[in-house]
Amino acid sequence: MRTGQAYGRTAVFGFALMTAALALASPFPARAQGTPRVVEITAKRFEFTPKEITLKQGETVTLRLTTEDVTHGFFMKTLGIDAVVEPGHPTEITITPQTTGSFTTICDHFCGDGHGNMHMKIVVE
Amino acid sequence: MSDRVDRRSFLKIAGTSLGIGALYSVAPLLGADGEAGEVARSLWKKNGERLKPFSFVQLSDTHVGFNGPPDPLGTQAFERAVEMINGLRHRPDLVLVSGDLTHDSEKAGEHAERMRRFKEIAGRLKVSAVHCIPGEHDAGLDGGALFRDAFGPTYYAFDHRGVHFIGLDNVSRAKPEVGPEQIAWLKKDLARFPASAPIVVFTHRPLFDLKPEWEWFTSDGDEVMNVLTPYQNVTVLYGHIHRHHEHTAGAARHLAARSLIWAFPDPATTDDKKPLPFDKDQPFKNLGLRIVEEPKGRGAEPGRPTINEVELTMREYAGTVGINQFLKEGASR
Repeated sequence: MRTGQAYGRTAVFGFALMTAALALASPFPARAQGTPRVVEITAKRFEFTPKEITLKQGETVTLRLTTEDVTHGFFMKTLGIDAVVEPGHPTEITITPQTTGSFTTICDHFCGDGHGNMHMKIVVE
Repeated sequence: MSDRVDRRSFLKIAGTSLGIGALYSVAPLLGADGEAGEVARSLWKKNGERLKPFSFVQLSDTHVGFNGPPDPLGTQAFERAVEMINGLRHRPDLVLVSGDLTHDSEKAGEHAERMRRFKEIAGRLKVSAVHCIPGEHDAGLDGGALFRDAFGPTYYAFDHRGVHFIGLDNVSRAKPEVGPEQIAWLKKDLARFPASAPIVVFTHRPLFDLKPEWEWFTSDGDEVMNVLTPYQNVTVLYGHIHRHHEHTAGAARHLAARSLIWAFPDPATTDDKKPLPFDKDQPFKNLGLRIVEEPKGRGAEPGRPTINEVELTMREYAGTVGINQFLKEGASR
C-alpha cells in the first residue's frame, strides 16, 4: 500500500515534469495545437452545399471549398472571407470567427443566369 | 486659376428619374466674369469644349433577351423608353447606358444576337451619342469579349460641353471589382483636370457597400473614390440594383437608375433578394417616374429636393394612347 502510494506519487511527479517540458518546448498555448476542424463546402451553379453551416465563436475552422462545374467565388466581408474556387483545385480558408450571428455568404464570381441568388449561411454561435 | 468657386453655384446636375431611366440636366450657373468665368475659360482651354447647359439620360439594365417571370414584357419598356426620350421637348444630348444591356446566354451566338437587338433598339434614339458600359450579364462570362466586339472598350472617358464623363467597368473581371490596371488608367485620365472640374462617372455596380450580401458593392470601390476625392463636382451614376437610390459621401453624389425590366425590393425591408412580382394591371409598377427637383420658393431648403412619383401604365393594358403619367405628390427629402 505504501509502495503503491510511493509509486503513485513518483508517477504523478514524472507526468508533471513531462508536461512542463512539453509546455516549455512549444511556443504556443496547448489549445492552438492540433488541426482545425475541416468543413467541406461544394459549389455548383447556382447553389452551395450545405446551405448552412454552424461554427463556434473563437473556434478555428478550415473551410474546404470545391466546385463541381465552373469557377465560383466565396465572399463574406464581415468574416473576412474572399476566395475563388476553380475546377479541379480545392480552396482552403482558415477562419476564427469572433462575431456571432448569421452571415449570408455569396458567390461573387459571375457564373451565369442564377448567380445573383447563389448564397449560403454561416451561423456563428 | 482659383478653385474657390462654390461647387453648388458652379454646376448643378439635377436628376429626373423617368422610370424608363433618369434625365439629368447639367446647368452650370456661370457668369462671364469673375472666378466662375475664369474656371469656365480654363476648362474650355483644357477640354476644347465650352461648358454649356445640356441634358442627358441614363438608362440601365435593359436585359435584352430576358424572357419569363417576373417580367414577361421583354423589351417593351426599353422600346417605350426610346419613344419617350425621342418625344422629350428638350432633346438630351447623350444617353448613357449603365450596364446589363443584355441578359447573359451560354450560347455565344445567342448572346451576340441579343447585343445586336440592343443596338437595333438603341439605334432608334435621336441623340448625338449613346455611351454604354457593361454589366455582369454582358461581360461576366467572357471577360467582356463580346461586349468589346459590339460596343468597343469596356471603360473609357470623353468630354462633352465641358463635363468630363468616365465610364468604368466593374464587371469584366467576373468579380465585383475595377482592378489595379483601370485604377492606374483613371489616375492618369484625371491628372489634367483641376479640382473644380465637373465629372460624371457611370458604372454598373455601386462603388460603395450598399448591400454586399446581395452583391451590391465593388470590392475596390473605395480605391476608385479615393482617386476621385480631390474633385469637388463628382456625380456617380450606376445601375445593377434595379431601383432608385441616392447616397452622398464626401463631395460625391451616387445615384442609381431604375431598370427597364423587373424591380428589386428595398433591402432594408427584406433579406430575400427576389424581384418584385409582375402586376399585369400595373406593368410598370415600381418602374415609375420619379422627378427630383431643387426646391423653390420661400422656406425651400437647399439640398433637400422635392420628389414627385409618377406611375406609368402601358397602352396595351390601360387602353389609352401613349403612356399615362399619374402624378402623385411625393414626399420631400
